[in-house]
Amino acid sequence: MLTKRIIPCLDVTQGRVVKGTSFTHLLDAGDPVELAAFYYKEGADELVFLDIGATPEGRDTMIDIVERVSEQVFIPLTVGGGLRSIEDMRRMLKAGADKVSINTAAVQNPKLITEGAEKFGSQCIVVAIDAKRHPYPSGERLGEGAGAEWEVCTHGGRKPTGINAIEWAKQVVALGAGELLLTSWDADGQRAGYDLELTRSISEGVTVPVIASGGAGNLEHLYEALVIGKADAVLAASIFHYQIHSIRQAKDYLAERGIPIRKG
Amino acid sequence: MDKVIAIIDYGAGNLRSVANAIKKLGYHPRVTGNPGEVLDSAAVILPGVGAAADTMNSLEKLGMTDAIRQLIEQRRPLFAICVGLQILFSGTEEGGWHECLGVIPGIVRKLPPGLKIPHIGWNQVKQRFTHPVFEGIPDEANFYFVHSFYVEPEDMSVVAGTTSYGVSMCSMIIKDNLIATQFHPEKSGEHGLKMYANFLKTALSRR
Repeated sequence: MLTKRIIPCLDVTQGRVVKGTSFTHLLDAGDPVELAAFYYKEGADELVFLDIGATPEGRDTMIDIVERVSEQVFIPLTVGGGLRSIEDMRRMLKAGADKVSINTAAVQNPKLITEGAEKFGSQCIVVAIDAKRHPYPSGERLGEGAGAEWEVCTHGGRKPTGINAIEWAKQVVALGAGELLLTSWDADGQRAGYDLELTRSISEGVTVPVIASGGAGNLEHLYEALVIGKADAVLAASIFHYQIHSIRQAKDYLAERGIPIRKG
Repeated sequence: MDKVIAIIDYGAGNLRSVANAIKKLGYHPRVTGNPGEVLDSAAVILPGVGAAADTMNSLEKLGMTDAIRQLIEQRRPLFAICVGLQILFSGTEEGGWHECLGVIPGIVRKLPPGLKIPHIGWNQVKQRFTHPVFEGIPDEANFYFVHSFYVEPEDMSVVAGTTSYGVSMCSMIIKDNLIATQFHPEKSGEHGLKMYANFLKTALSRR
């Protein structure tokens, strides 16, 4: 049976991991290479690196990081943040990334999804969707169940686009995305749980795997995203970086509750 | 003959990951797109990612398809990965119908609808017989998969591993000194590295 994936996310700017200062046993917890190696040994199923600075210099630094990580970490690596062109994608994949994640560039130029999928295969192209929740004013859409809709945001959540997130998810899959990385902009950083309604709506609406992101504060949140949200994988940053829980604890917790998980 | 390990370079995206895994095991692989150099090596690895038809085209352009056929006919050690496994078959349904190398009779089919496609993630490989390549790897160990098509060999005796995803599919074949996997050992953590180590140990101790 296919197992559910636990994915730590490393936010990187200017070559440094932004969170993660509480790893006292690492020589340098801000070093993405060392932190990646640590998570690999701990049993992470995959790693995501996001260049949150998304500057051209940051991209060169990220290439160097990916090259060094891929020499010692033998699980899939996804890299995102500021990738705008086929050439940007090619450089990351050549450096050792297995997948590239695009967000703003996909909204601005949806053809990039198709071109990337044709060049490198759909399995390489992850479309990241940042979604912001809008509750319906009372009375509207009465009786339709969900009391909200979600809008796609770009530029690290700063820029609303007016695009419906569920429709966008279906569209990017049709264009060639092999996987979706779905972040709830309302839940992100709150540690109060994933937006389960959003996660489920999108996971049920598309045929490709969905990685849930944004809001993990405890292990039950991971469980909920996988079971109620029907996500195929859960991404988390601070609960692992701040050592609230280890990857191992997360896997034990989920396995005890009957979730298929890779151990050992 | 020097005990050279060749990794076939035809522009596959994950070449570096495969080379990194082999280097991690202490070897110095020769990455090459030259059929002569490939045939000169003691062990050969054929990486694979992307579409089967593209892979066939790229290999044909290099004159590599004959080299791969020769390796298999001469029972030389070859490890083929993912699309590298698929192109060994008679043909694939991917993107219409495309003929492949035909060294393993059988066809490559699309995964059935109902589950998420691509099949992405860690899944168990059930070992159908004991073999040195499985040494130190528990039965039903998890390996990393990413694919939308799967192989269906006519001769079931070549099926070394099976994996369940909507269907029970062949995820690994062994025939003489040919080993081919649908999963990616280079992305499958310590079990994946161990599988390459086992293959190379046997391959390099020959003659």
